[in-house]
Amino acid sequence: MELKSNTPEGPLATKWEKYRGTMNLVAPNNKRRIEVIVVGTGLAGASAAATMGELGYNVKCFTFHDSPRRAHSIAAQGGINAAKNYQNDGDSVYRLFYDTVKGGDYRSRESNVHRLAEVSRNIIDQCVAQGVPFAREYGGLLANRSFGGVQVSRTFYARGQTGQQLLLGAYQALSRQISLGNVEMYNRHEMLDLVKIDGKARGIIARNLLTGKLERFAAHSVVLATGGYGNVFYLSTNAMGSNVTAAWRAVKKGALMANPCYTQIHPTCIPVSGEYQSKLTLMSESLRNDGRVWVPNKVEDAQAIQRGEKTALDIPEEERDYYLERRYPAFGNLVPRDVASRAAKVACDEGKGVSKTGLAVFLDFAAAIQRYGKSSAISKGIQNPSEDKIIELGEAVIKEKYGNLFQMYEKITADNPYKTPMKIYPAVHYTMGGMWVDYHLETNIPGLFCLGEANFSDHGANRLGASALMQGLADGYFVIPYTIGTFLSKEIRTPKIDPDAPEFMEAEKATQANLDRLINIKGNQSVESFHRRLGKIMWEYCGMSRNAEGLKKGRQMIRDLRAEFYNDVFVPGEVGEFNPELEKAGRVADFLELGEVMMMDALDRNESCGGHFREEYATPEGEAKRNDEDYAYVAAWEWDETEPRVHKEQLEFKDIELKTRSYK
Amino acid sequence: MKIHLKVWRQRDNDSKGYLEDHTVEADEHMSFLEMFDVLNESLVSEKKTPVAFEHDCREGICGSCNMVINGQPHGPQSGTTTCQLHMRSFNDGDTIFVEPWRAKAFPVIKDLVVDRSAFDRIIQSGGYISVNTGQAQDGNAIAIEKDRSARAMDAAECIGCGACVAACPNASAMLFTAAKVAHLGTMPQGEVEHTLRVQSMVKQMDLEGFGMCSNTGACEAECPKEISITNIAMMNRSYVGSVLGSEKSV
Repeated sequence: MELKSNTPEGPLATKWEKYRGTMNLVAPNNKRRIEVIVVGTGLAGASAAATMGELGYNVKCFTFHDSPRRAHSIAAQGGINAAKNYQNDGDSVYRLFYDTVKGGDYRSRESNVHRLAEVSRNIIDQCVAQGVPFAREYGGLLANRSFGGVQVSRTFYARGQTGQQLLLGAYQALSRQISLGNVEMYNRHEMLDLVKIDGKARGIIARNLLTGKLERFAAHSVVLATGGYGNVFYLSTNAMGSNVTAAWRAVKKGALMANPCYTQIHPTCIPVSGEYQSKLTLMSESLRNDGRVWVPNKVEDAQAIQRGEKTALDIPEEERDYYLERRYPAFGNLVPRDVASRAAKVACDEGKGVSKTGLAVFLDFAAAIQRYGKSSAISKGIQNPSEDKIIELGEAVIKEKYGNLFQMYEKITADNPYKTPMKIYPAVHYTMGGMWVDYHLETNIPGLFCLGEANFSDHGANRLGASALMQGLADGYFVIPYTIGTFLSKEIRTPKIDPDAPEFMEAEKATQANLDRLINIKGNQSVESFHRRLGKIMWEYCGMSRNAEGLKKGRQMIRDLRAEFYNDVFVPGEVGEFNPELEKAGRVADFLELGEVMMMDALDRNESCGGHFREEYATPEGEAKRNDEDYAYVAAWEWDETEPRVHKEQLEFKDIELKTRSYK
Repeated sequence: MKIHLKVWRQRDNDSKGYLEDHTVEADEHMSFLEMFDVLNESLVSEKKTPVAFEHDCREGICGSCNMVINGQPHGPQSGTTTCQLHMRSFNDGDTIFVEPWRAKAFPVIKDLVVDRSAFDRIIQSGGYISVNTGQAQDGNAIAIEKDRSARAMDAAECIGCGACVAACPNASAMLFTAAKVAHLGTMPQGEVEHTLRVQSMVKQMDLEGFGMCSNTGACEAECPKEISITNIAMMNRSYVGSVLGSEKSV
């Protein structure tokens, strides 16, 4: 299969402008007759559904949640990037584009990323107009902060709840379209299959989660904005319900899953505390603006801390290793996530971890409290402030910047991070891989589009902080409303699609059989126990570092686990009722297939890049060693029960020189 | 630690509910919902139906979780959602009552799961600023006083969980509605529609069957995001002003 990116011709900087100026449009009278299905109501889905509703399309929008506002975009903390250059610190569209391609270790598509950087500026304007209460300076203008992997301040934020505020903005825009009748909203509906007619995506089969009944929905086009698949690892920062099911069912209908092995392990999460643990909690990357990461110099000190005989405060300054500042002086604590995570693993592997399990490093705010305390004292005109006063003032500044994060940390751990350093460890957070899409965000199935974290296109092998929100809203507000027109302009003569067509009836029957199969296994092990075991295999063999031998072993283990699942899983209750265990069973079944493809993808890629670190391919200093000669391609996987197949899209870098990524 | 649970079970809104006894071996570092995971795993291993409860992000922001714990929405710790409540807030041997949100406008779906779509309809009635994608001016075109934006943010932090309704003896949704009215009304972008927005949202709130506010303050006390009751005062002021002082009405 040949994968064509369909990138428009012409210079990079004007491709998008030219595309918008010359693309085919759908006239308003035709838009009224055209139906579009949007699955997912996170930043990408809600903004897409709202905007297409505004344009006049008939939109049906689906979420498995009880309300569109619950999508996991809500939990994004730190911020959203935009090339506004309000700080006059050298930012530009080109620099945001460059930082993103470099941050992704040169494994993303240039044209898509440049478009993202261009529209980033419109996103901020749009959100401000919706009433999003962004942080502001005393002069009343928008405030910015820095995130990892960049040397400018381009991140806009609303305390530590940026994702919440942006999602509520999109949710409110969506609610307005619902109230105007342009969008029909289906809550508590889970997409379980894609329906194709004559090769084109024409609808979905969804299960009404309240009644358990399957329902058929037809449209001229289907847009998936269904998020990432990090929960394949069981423990991640994703919400409990986040899943790959909608995307994976489309893959099983012929769509391709691109670069599935690119997983982002976020460096600053609250460490695992016990076997019962259901999820991990992120501490925003923004904390690395002011927090300094360190472990003790000596293994003996670390062991004393692990045994509870010493605390961070017992380790004198000269006995601490601020390893990010030491190894990467140019970026210090603000190196990108993949680099920071691996460095934490190295420190812990050396035996310098600082928790009971030995799997944690310190994130220390004492220096920032001192610095802010002193400058705050000066601005308040306090002469010769006492040490206590400095700390009091400094803590107040930290509280204003990160108060809710500190409070969350204290609630979970019962430790006070103002007084002792936080303990953090890397955890699965985001998946750069996703459905293969072209420049139009259209998959290889005509009429099937994919947005946000669910697609693969913008972040390469590693995503920079505060870029997920940017991409979700870029795709939904400013890209899909245009690019879907290229497909739909050819569909204006297509009559309303019939949800009783044979293709729909067949898909419904197959979906029903699949549900019946799960409930009739009547084995002895819980869905949860299979999920937990899968997660352990993924983390062990396809986690922060990988090698060929482990990946082969991991693949076989997943195949065995899958066979065991279909023999011995127990799903209580009935298909035709509200049954959360059955929902989970279907999602875990899909993860059991995706996991195998992730192992194969990681094995196929004989290089290290971004979040994909193969032990066999490292520099003598332990940094990732890329192989542009042989692996500058997108690996797009076609599902097959016995032997999934890879298709390749060669990446072309015309405007950026491929360089070894260095943050030293 | 050993925890005795009295959990509300109810097949659906038409069935009669009852309290069911369970004993769970918990760990003080577990979250309250992880304790429920343990309970459900043991029920599944006995081939019984697990307790249905709503949850998703488990970091206190999505607003899904909703348990009335010993009579208090989200339990004993202030400013905390159920998912962020940890077992260290309880003692070995405690008996804990767990019930769903109780309000006419929130019918029970199953066990601890209720239907909160009334909140969506309140937002749909006017909880937005009417701006289409692409119509915005530059983000810095209007300077907004830092304190004013912060006040809007204080109100905008509402997670839509419904604890305010569950806490209120009248099952009133005033705090939820007022938080959105205050957030949008405080921002200059939201001022234009403020008058009509207040009227429409209050009207929808009444239609949904939520009760009246009698200033008990229970909503503020139980709100996991500690949204202030002063937002209700602001909404009341705006409502009276919009009904008496404006020619516009919905």
